Amino acid sequence: MAGLISPTDQDKLRDAFAEITRRVHLLFFTQTLDCETCLQARQIVDELPPLSDQIVVDEVNFVLDKDKVRQFGIDRVPAIAVTFEDAEGAQQDTRIRFLGTPAGYEFMSLVQAVLVAGGRPSLLSPATLARLAAVDQPVSMQVFTTPT
Amino acid sequence: MAMSSPQITAYAVEATEFPDLARRYRVTGVPKTVVNDSVEILGALPEDAYVEQALSGVGK
Repeated sequence: MAGLISPTDQDKLRDAFAEITRRVHLLFFTQTLDCETCLQARQIVDELPPLSDQIVVDEVNFVLDKDKVRQFGIDRVPAIAVTFEDAEGAQQDTRIRFLGTPAGYEFMSLVQAVLVAGGRPSLLSPATLARLAAVDQPVSMQVFTTPT
Repeated sequence: MAMSSPQITAYAVEATEFPDLARRYRVTGVPKTVVNDSVEILGALPEDAYVEQALSGVGK
């Protein structure tokens, strides 16, 4: 199958992913029936592992794997939960989720999420990091976007 | 932000794919951020202003 990403962009992404220092697992929540965009989303997500041996896609069946669906708070598909392996090999949740097909701008957001999960230092300012460290109650942030 | 605070969960939502969510949160333009179903931020802001608004309803 022809790749969705141009050879030039593949090279750029390969360079960017060379920074990754720990294994990133993209939990891809999907279902076979009644999901018009699951296949397309899977094709996009599948573009990433060939660009870095530190990126893995783990498929999760939204209908059957209720434990994972609950654990990661997924209520619709396609969805991606971004996780990584810590130094002990334990799975850590970034609490970053993608709902819907990660195409267009969303794809770049997914790339950024992979980089930060993979150990790239935060790009946020020290003031922001201090403010975030002081957050003492659950915060749910939904960022709505479109592919273009 | 989610990576830097264990309290924060961030969802990137594809609005055209989930019109029910777009309707529920009155998404008329993107990007639109909704925090804890109450605070709304329309458009892209500088980092400090964005963080201040996003966390305005959350105690320091």
